[in-house]
Amino acid sequence: MSDTSIQQSIVQRGSRAEEVSTQRPSRFSPRWRNEAVGVGFVLPLLIVYVLFLLWPIVLGLRMSFFNWSLVGSGSGNFLGLANYQEALSDPNFWGALGNTLIFTVMSTPILVILSLFLAILVNRVRHVRWLFRIAFFAPYILPVSVMALIWSWLYEPGFGLLDGTFAQLGLPSVNWLTDTHVAMLSIVIATVWWTLGFDFVLYLAGLQQIPHEMYEAASLDGAGAWAKVWHITIPLLQRSTILIIILQVIASLQVFGQMYLLTGGGPNFTTRSVVEYIYDTGFTDFRVGYASAMSYLVFIVILVISVGQFWILSRQGRND
Amino acid sequence: MSQHELADIYMSMIGRRQFLKYAAMSGVGGLLAGSLAACGVTPFGSGPQTLVYWNLFGGGDGVRMITMQNDFQKANPNVDLRATTLAWGAPYYTKLAMAALGDSPPNVAIMHMSRMPTYADGGLLEPIDLNLLAQNGVTENDFLPAVWQRAIYNGTVYAIPLDTHPFVMYYNTDICKKAGLLDASGNLKPLQGTAALIDAFQRTQKVTGYLGLAVDTQDVTPWRMFYAMYNQLGGDILSPDGKSFVVNEAHAQQVLSFMRDLTQTYKVASPTIDYGGAVAAFASGKAGFFWQGEWEVTTFEGVIPFSMVPFPNVFGNLKTQADSHSFVIPHSSDPSQASNPLAYQFISFLLKDSLVWAKGGHIPAYLPVATSAAYKALKPQSNYAIDAQEAVLDPYAWFSGSGSDLENQAGAAFQQVLSGGMTPTQSLAQFKKSIQNFLNMPIPLPRPIE
Repeated sequence: MSDTSIQQSIVQRGSRAEEVSTQRPSRFSPRWRNEAVGVGFVLPLLIVYVLFLLWPIVLGLRMSFFNWSLVGSGSGNFLGLANYQEALSDPNFWGALGNTLIFTVMSTPILVILSLFLAILVNRVRHVRWLFRIAFFAPYILPVSVMALIWSWLYEPGFGLLDGTFAQLGLPSVNWLTDTHVAMLSIVIATVWWTLGFDFVLYLAGLQQIPHEMYEAASLDGAGAWAKVWHITIPLLQRSTILIIILQVIASLQVFGQMYLLTGGGPNFTTRSVVEYIYDTGFTDFRVGYASAMSYLVFIVILVISVGQFWILSRQGRND
Repeated sequence: MSQHELADIYMSMIGRRQFLKYAAMSGVGGLLAGSLAACGVTPFGSGPQTLVYWNLFGGGDGVRMITMQNDFQKANPNVDLRATTLAWGAPYYTKLAMAALGDSPPNVAIMHMSRMPTYADGGLLEPIDLNLLAQNGVTENDFLPAVWQRAIYNGTVYAIPLDTHPFVMYYNTDICKKAGLLDASGNLKPLQGTAALIDAFQRTQKVTGYLGLAVDTQDVTPWRMFYAMYNQLGGDILSPDGKSFVVNEAHAQQVLSFMRDLTQTYKVASPTIDYGGAVAAFASGKAGFFWQGEWEVTTFEGVIPFSMVPFPNVFGNLKTQADSHSFVIPHSSDPSQASNPLAYQFISFLLKDSLVWAKGGHIPAYLPVATSAAYKALKPQSNYAIDAQEAVLDPYAWFSGSGSDLENQAGAAFQQVLSGGMTPTQSLAQFKKSIQNFLNMPIPLPRPIE
């Protein structure tokens, strides 16, 4: 459903509600009534949100100043900023953060460009467009465990689909998940296949908002297909692109599941993301105090990158 | 239903907004009260005949454990046995520790013996009630002294051993016969020393055209391989108190050089194959030998002609890396937890039923089973029933034990020797650095509960 049709249906529903309210006038003002209902519906979620998100965030900040153990009987000793100091001088933390950044830098451009390319292609298709939309979006609905299972078999050395095909073509065997130089690329490829659908759908929605008249006008002026893409489609999709890049960077900086399941952070920790290092520290080593401190550092990194990115990209958008 | 009828219902709901609001509030409030109340009491063990049991066995081990549980259930139909299988490795041990601290532990749990000292030290385990165990017909004399000694920490018994599971050598009898490595009765001629092993691997490699030795080069296996041979040369990794790194560098270098020879110099083993790949290579007759724990025995049964022997004497003796599954009673503030007769009844039953367990490859710890004719007839399982003295468990430290950080760090460092990415010296330096890092950390375990 395109945005305009959503708007239409909202308008229709709104007029129906008005109809009803004129039939049966209430003793209370409609606005107050709406708010009460709204609060009533939101309240259960709000309580869950406070209990399981906001409160742990505050608790985590407190933990980060203590020698807090997951299996400890208490909070341990107050350490001040010692956990933060340890993190800043911990080569494993920097290494893991580096892996996360490498993953982000490798995956984001591929995801943005490839999803735009596919969205433009699919948007031009006249027949069975639904099939193409589903085909590219389908992997996105898979849980990470299913995705990891599929790719661990594809990457299986010797008889996996990739290696088996390579062998048949006479190409050398690649150790997709066990070679320190290849493992990160393999994770990126699997991730692109898995999450491409989300960006793809955002771009499709953006494409459908571009009025046809613009293309018609461009055609009359003698613009070719390539010129239309370059001068109409891509500039008019800028808002979608900004949104996609920001969402993609935030998601990539939090990468964990596919790495944990496909390589366990190996070989030799070359694919251990910072979130996995935090998980290992907190849940294998029981050092939740230190893990919390690292979580806060990563939170700051993500916050700075996101705000900076948003600022730069939105300024750029305004200038154009 | 027409639009108007729907609208009526909608309106009447809005009219009763107060009701809705309070209903929502009280609903959530009720949930909260319920969960708080649940924290106060142990949700398990509600009746005297309920027994909660946690283990981490998947695959074939999981199937055989369920068989044993079913045997127990059949013999004790009035017991409500609630067995839970959790994910192997670090997640299991985290959950177990938190359950003990959260005061809702299982009545009985499986624990790798290499993990026991850390948990006993942290006050997370109850001492074993030897009287109750004896009442069920199991005593210290039913175990080899070396096996029983592992269950003792600071003079107290904290675990009851179920098995020993050493790192062993599998060999394909067809391939080895073609390579001229079998004696007249069809058994592998003893292989001793690095030269004899490499010769045997080269000869079988000629037969298979792929690998002489299939061994996983990822995860924990490089550590198991290293630790087996390092112990043959002699020396510790950590001091007995687990507080300092005392590796014998010359011995470690010697072992790592031999590991590099296997994959780099002589190329009789793959430098990058993973666990599944190594199993597949041996199972498809593309390798003459296979190194791994004995638990893969059922994978190859009926698939290829093979047999098993203890891990070879590479550097002068038959020492090998091993671990041992054991039963423990996790700590609870409930005084009945430590001496729950049902727990001991269950443990004793499973020990006596452990021939089922032995079929999966593990060497039974319970001697009446291990010395029985039925076990001796079990081939190739009884071939590698080595002297318990030869089986060396991982060193003691809070970050050590099955599936621990020590194994992960060692595996990652030594894997680099096998893949050719690092020299033995570089790899040892990485291992040393990572272990020193753990030794410098504050120990994140609770103090023993007095």
